[in-house]
Amino acid sequence: MSSQKFFDRLKVQLLFSGPTLFAFFTVVILPFLYGIYLTFTNWDGVSTSHSFVGMKNYLAVLDDAAFWTSMYKTMKYVLLTVILINVVGFFLAYMLTTEIRAKNLFRAGFFTPNLIGGIILGFLWQFIFSNVLVYIGEHFKIGIFSSSWLADPDKAFWTLVIVTTWQYSGYMMVIYIAGLMNIPKELLEAASIDGANAFVRLRKIILPLMVPSFIVCVFLSLQRGFMVYDLNIALTNGGPYKSTQLVSMYVYQKAFLSQKYGAGQAEAFVLFLIVAIVTLIQVYMSKKREVEA
Amino acid sequence: MNVSKALMKMVRYIVLVIFFCLYILPFILVLLNSLKERTEIISNPLSMPKSFNLANYFSAMEKMNFAHSFMNSLIITVFSVALITIFSAMTAYVFVRIQSKLNKFLFFLMVASMIIPFQAIMIPLVQIYGSIGFLNSKWALIYMYIGFGASLAVFIYHGLIKSIPLELEEAAMIDGASRLQIFFQVVFPLLKPTTMTIVILNVLWIWNDFLLPSLVLIKPEERTLPLSTFYFFGTYSVDYGLLMAGLVVTIIPVIIVYLFTQRYIIQGVMNGSNK
Repeated sequence: MSSQKFFDRLKVQLLFSGPTLFAFFTVVILPFLYGIYLTFTNWDGVSTSHSFVGMKNYLAVLDDAAFWTSMYKTMKYVLLTVILINVVGFFLAYMLTTEIRAKNLFRAGFFTPNLIGGIILGFLWQFIFSNVLVYIGEHFKIGIFSSSWLADPDKAFWTLVIVTTWQYSGYMMVIYIAGLMNIPKELLEAASIDGANAFVRLRKIILPLMVPSFIVCVFLSLQRGFMVYDLNIALTNGGPYKSTQLVSMYVYQKAFLSQKYGAGQAEAFVLFLIVAIVTLIQVYMSKKREVEA
Repeated sequence: MNVSKALMKMVRYIVLVIFFCLYILPFILVLLNSLKERTEIISNPLSMPKSFNLANYFSAMEKMNFAHSFMNSLIITVFSVALITIFSAMTAYVFVRIQSKLNKFLFFLMVASMIIPFQAIMIPLVQIYGSIGFLNSKWALIYMYIGFGASLAVFIYHGLIKSIPLELEEAAMIDGASRLQIFFQVVFPLLKPTTMTIVILNVLWIWNDFLLPSLVLIKPEERTLPLSTFYFFGTYSVDYGLLMAGLVVTIIPVIIVYLFTQRYIIQGVMNGSNK
């Protein structure tokens, strides 16, 4: 290659990818690497100097019972929401791909919560759980609603699960509708003629062919579950008595409110490892089940 | 056979209507209560408002500094999304057309980085940009959105640009067009459907984002809508009518845009998932 050609190519490369790559490296890669470095220091966020403390922060993570409690709750929350979001989302998509009127209206309605941020939805549901449902409980003598769910640690956890399912199932529904519409009609018709009923068609044809959609939806709901913060802070604010503080909120508080940046970053890094492992396992496991139409 | 089929259809319909109510009712309840006085809400949150009183709205908009936060959100969303789209399309283009080892590696790195949760980056991010005094500005936030949003956009564009035949560009090249001209006149228009998808996914994310702006924009006058809603709820925590009005004014603009763009948004989400 002549040097003239080389410089032309370099110019194009820099012109086209320079701005993106500069932003990407300075906003994602640099902080990520610097973050790993921070986990080995005792920086408090204020002082200009910090010293190297080796593995101390990671050992502290192992000892931090509150962190693991919050991680355990997050795991439970992620497991429940991934299942519920996808079951409800798939169910709605399945119903909406059958012959039915006003499909677009239903579809648009179910998708609506996705347009609005977790902060606003959290406050909206806070009002419903602590005012509307309590009123219904007292007025119609329904015991389960008569005191606010947000004041009870177990029920407050479930409010997060319920609202998350409500929030994201419409999004997954849209992805499942796209998948269902791609299933060849002839295949289903042929099965019908051979005497397969709706349930058999669902199990033997639709579900296996929908594996790619399930991979995408489970991946998305896993990621959103582990990273939930806005809804947590607006709906329960971690309460009552910090019982619903999920890991993202816990790390935030540790770093920014307790000013333990090194320790907080070590916990954030542990969170990263867990998310990476879980998502890689998920994608790997489900890729194996993929079939061609 | 036909009777049972009709019956099944009825059942399906009823189930869907019940679900529909569950998804929409919360919004209706907020709307109803936003028109009421505090005492009216406490005595019965399900009742119809006694009068059509817009006082809560004016008061909420003033206390949230609504117009200002709305503009902040709008500026941040428009600039971030426009820049993410253009820069990412250009980057994906060069990744496809110049197949060097370096580009393959960079592409892999961007795709792999999508697995990093924001929480694993936020602490060092605030530290680095705080120490160079680069926080507290919309432009810093827009810059960060480009960094965070580029990976997914490059990934989606990459898949599409691969399928554009080189011949189209060669014709333009013979006519003496520069690489930039070719990109903007030949390639970018072909990417339009994908661009729509990327715009929609990014608008939904950036307009509603809370954690990143809450770390970057500390000054009250820089607040976006989710941030001002958050502080508004912290300040007036028991004045329900006012709070509900605050929610309604933040939700209404989104719903209005949604009414007109509903088809595109849902189509965009469908396309985005296939990549």
